[in-house]
Amino acid sequence: MPIYSEKVMDHFEHPRNVGEIADANGVGELGNPTCGDIMKIYIKVKDEKIQDVKFKTFGCGAAIATSSMVTELVKGRTLDEAESISNAVVAEALDGLPPVKMHCSNLAADALHLAIEDYKSRKAGKGPVGKVDTGDHDHDEVLEAL
Amino acid sequence: MKIINLDHFAATKMRPEVKTAMDPFFEQEYGNPQSIHTLSDAPREALDKARNQAASLLNCSSAEVIFTSSGSESNNLAIKGTAFARLEKGKHVVTSSIEHFSVLNAVKSLARLGFEFTQVPVDRYGFVDPADVKKAMRKDTILVSITHASNEIGTIQNIKDISKIAHEGGAFIHTDANSSCGFIETDVKNLDVDMLSCAPHRFYGPKGSGIFYLKKGVRIMPLIDGGVQEFGRRAGTENVPAIVGAGVACELAKNEFKARQEHLFPIQKHIISGVLSSMDEVYLNGHPEKRLPNNINFVIKYIEGESILMWLNNNGIMVASGSACTSKILKSSHVLNAIGIDPALAQGSLLITLGEDNTMGDAEYFVEKLPQIVEKLRNMSPLYEEVKKQKEAQKATQSA
Repeated sequence: MPIYSEKVMDHFEHPRNVGEIADANGVGELGNPTCGDIMKIYIKVKDEKIQDVKFKTFGCGAAIATSSMVTELVKGRTLDEAESISNAVVAEALDGLPPVKMHCSNLAADALHLAIEDYKSRKAGKGPVGKVDTGDHDHDEVLEAL
Repeated sequence: MKIINLDHFAATKMRPEVKTAMDPFFEQEYGNPQSIHTLSDAPREALDKARNQAASLLNCSSAEVIFTSSGSESNNLAIKGTAFARLEKGKHVVTSSIEHFSVLNAVKSLARLGFEFTQVPVDRYGFVDPADVKKAMRKDTILVSITHASNEIGTIQNIKDISKIAHEGGAFIHTDANSSCGFIETDVKNLDVDMLSCAPHRFYGPKGSGIFYLKKGVRIMPLIDGGVQEFGRRAGTENVPAIVGAGVACELAKNEFKARQEHLFPIQKHIISGVLSSMDEVYLNGHPEKRLPNNINFVIKYIEGESILMWLNNNGIMVASGSACTSKILKSSHVLNAIGIDPALAQGSLLITLGEDNTMGDAEYFVEKLPQIVEKLRNMSPLYEEVKKQKEAQKATQSA
């Protein structure tokens, strides 16, 4: 097993806010099945606040835990507050991630930002934007980072 | 919690007989087998005995057994040792697309020195077609190295036919039997090979031991130059305890060979049929019959291997996966890729390797737990979400 913190294990075993929101007004999907991680985040925004947030994730332990953590961090927050949460903040809230996972599986905040962007785009009448294929990782770069 | 090891390719527990035989050579009989004085007597005799035990398992002469440190070292010795010894004959090596990294990367290292290699493909079950080996052969081919049985998908190759082609082309043949030795017959005469690698730690011997069969008359360059140990093919003071342990593991394997198969086959069968019948969109990789008795490899669609592993681990079940996240080099298994499994699908791979400590009860427990874990993870998966919706829509149209 990769060495995960107790918080990561807790969020992996008891993920918060799993599911879909039928009347979501923002959806962000990010990742690539070839790399092993896809995160989909649904938000329901009311009065510029994230009233509800849910996620679905295909991926490893870190991918599931970061998704769960990001939903917990932003629920009830304003959009501005949510936008200021980075992948690093999510990892820190989980008491850190193994180095290799920082690079690959720590995309939950990006998926959330995409959901917010999607919400704003819909609101502006430009239609949904919420799906991004992140492409393959540069594996040599990952190995060098270790 | 009870630990159920379904990852025996990673590690097996040494048999008590192995440890008992090794024990005296750490303290009492610590002598160097190469010395001339009395301290060397017991270690030297132990070495001879181990060599005979290994030779008996492989059906060769004891002068054809070289002890190494690992299966990986044996593979390196076969490939680089042959390449360096046959420089004048040629620079081309033939291998397959499903080899272990210790073959694949050894060949790639040679390529950096100016050698060339051809990787023959495999079919969807993982079989190398001997006709493809024939096609790959060139005038300057010095070595053909094909695994006896894949450590990942368990498919057992038809080595004898491949050996014939290699020999007809003037090449030597090496087979990586690191996964098959101790579980199926690895008779070097029947296989008609010039070199064979065997890893005793996979069959209840100690880690840090490897066996390399080198047919009499086949010339290789040593990778470790030095003294006359291992007939000058592998210098360095012998790891006597490990070699003694390897020898005992070989003897046990020879004696218990049939009993091991009879023990493993029903457990393997129960897991395969149990898993395939309890879930949709789960597939068995490798051949249904012509596979190692201890190997099972599934792909489970819409979920990722590491998260399956972690949940199984929480339930006391230890397995491996070919997913990118579990690979340490962040690439999904090249073996699954070679049999036509899409890299995205390989993320959901599960590698189960059985051993003598497994029981039918373990198989039943695994078959009960896995579908619960799969359902939990699929319910979280955005990939499954869409499939589920499609299925529900289908149902609705059918009932309407």
